[in-house]
Amino acid sequence: MSPLTIQRPSRRRELRRAAPFVLPFLLLFVVVYLVPTGYSVVQSFFAVKRSGLGLGGAETVFAGLGNYVRVFQDGDFIASVGRVTFIGVIQVPVMLGIALVLALLIDSSVSTGRKFFRVAYFVPYGLPGVIAALVWSFLYAPSLSPITGFFASIGVDVSFVTDGALPFSIANILTWAWTGYNTILIFAALQAVPAETMEAAAIDGCSGWKAALLIKVPLIRPALLLTLVFSVIGTFQLYNEPVTMKSVAPNLPSTYTPIMAALRSLSGNDFNYAAAQSVVLGALICVVSVLVFRASARRVD
Amino acid sequence: MTVTLPSPTRNEPVAGVPNRRRRRAHPLTTVSPASRLFVLAVMILFAVYFLLPVWWLVVSVTKGSGEIFSGNGFWFGESFAFVENIKTLFQAQGGVYSRWLLNSLLYAVGGGIVSTLLASMCGYALAKFRFPGREAVFGTVLAAVLLPAPVLAIPLYLVFSATGIINTFWAVFIPSIVSPFGVYLSRIYAASSIPDALIEAGRIDGAGEMRIFGMGVRLMAPAMVTIFLFQFVAIWTNFLLPSLMLADSSLQPVTVGLVGWREMQGNPISYTTVVTGAFVSVVPVVAMFLSLQSFWSKGLAAGAVK
Repeated sequence: MSPLTIQRPSRRRELRRAAPFVLPFLLLFVVVYLVPTGYSVVQSFFAVKRSGLGLGGAETVFAGLGNYVRVFQDGDFIASVGRVTFIGVIQVPVMLGIALVLALLIDSSVSTGRKFFRVAYFVPYGLPGVIAALVWSFLYAPSLSPITGFFASIGVDVSFVTDGALPFSIANILTWAWTGYNTILIFAALQAVPAETMEAAAIDGCSGWKAALLIKVPLIRPALLLTLVFSVIGTFQLYNEPVTMKSVAPNLPSTYTPIMAALRSLSGNDFNYAAAQSVVLGALICVVSVLVFRASARRVD
Repeated sequence: MTVTLPSPTRNEPVAGVPNRRRRRAHPLTTVSPASRLFVLAVMILFAVYFLLPVWWLVVSVTKGSGEIFSGNGFWFGESFAFVENIKTLFQAQGGVYSRWLLNSLLYAVGGGIVSTLLASMCGYALAKFRFPGREAVFGTVLAAVLLPAPVLAIPLYLVFSATGIINTFWAVFIPSIVSPFGVYLSRIYAASSIPDALIEAGRIDGAGEMRIFGMGVRLMAPAMVTIFLFQFVAIWTNFLLPSLMLADSSLQPVTVGLVGWREMQGNPISYTTVVTGAFVSVVPVVAMFLSLQSFWSKGLAAGAVK
């Protein structure tokens, strides 16, 4: 008896059954994800040539890798990638470090009032993105900020919006907005660590911080890896915070992050170049995610 | 028989909650009062850090115009102008704020419901039907979870401006109803919560596949609420996509409108009005969290009884 003769009609029947469930999503997925991605890749290989004095109209010509060569020679774009990398290298470890410590504290038997703290830490998630940045833009505003006002009253001059301070001010908004969210994710993973494991460790003389770091942390590694990858991706797509900060920091360049740089090309009607910048950024995020996954996986071995 | 879990994790979708009471009472894990105090101090410090900006927002909303940046920023002012501030907010520029609020609700509630339905149908099929191409579909969707929305916004803009649906309701709504994360979550959840026997029994009884799915939906409800909640928040707080797609102020959501007001630097829309607008725009998100979290824990409890 051949398994094919039985399997084939059954697989076809399964396909007929699944189609009405899968197709509506799949169709929209193609429209929203695959078509724009493919369209951008195609567009990135073309360029608009304006003839003469711009009077003869414009024609689209094949440019090969021309736009990509331009991306890698574009000082503004390279600088924007450098900035988000700098912010990410500082902010992501700080945020995940705080989140891990807070999650361990909420999970441990040492703390009191955990329910209150869990809610308190999660509150910033209720004002994410633009609204958080909006609130912080007031708290950073040079002449209006109640924080700089406080420091001025004790004779210390603080500015959050100088060129040197901007990456840290932006990193602070990100840390404020996302630490609680990551704390909750890590805490959820800690909850799944069996009590028996910790009891066995305590009987063997391993308890307190030692138990937390040597037993709990390795056990929740998948959750930590997940928060790490999403935080790194989040930094590369930075946009809301710097754009909102522009209202208090006019010195902030309009190509501060890669997305802002691509948007500036877009507003300059440089569509093909904006497409190339988006493709490079998307590819960069893919490569970095894979590297982070790889590096963390190796450490487990 | 009802099994009531002494669940310390009412707010999180966690599987396998261990009995923690035993651990707390264990004699080997007693700690000194000093370290207990130190831990409490650390936790309070971070609570202050997370709550202070929110407190500033709440306090500022109650201050009369001109008072917002004078005196102590973190305490109430001379006057209590909360009601006047709300009135000013909704009257500013011919009441455009209520229009933005309505738009945000339309995008977030409509997009949340449709995306949850589409994602859970797809996730259910991926979990329960062994059709050819299943893993290819799931792999592609999973890769999309890693592609951040802002990076996709520019390609979307290029396609939508080529097809002419730019600056319409659909330019924001269509991208909002596709949730790859929702497909991922509902596949995992359907695989573990809907027994194959239920589907078999439905088929033997002659029920159509959609009817059987309708029964399965009840078991998937906690996952669906989670998908809806996260999609609602994602759409409500989305800024880049609508600011790129919508030039028409009457189509814009509240985030785009508020940032536009903020950029006016206090004139003609005062800072107090911007702050009040930020405060009001947060209320639906908080309300959604609170109302759905009670539903959520109910869903989890029902799951525990089964």
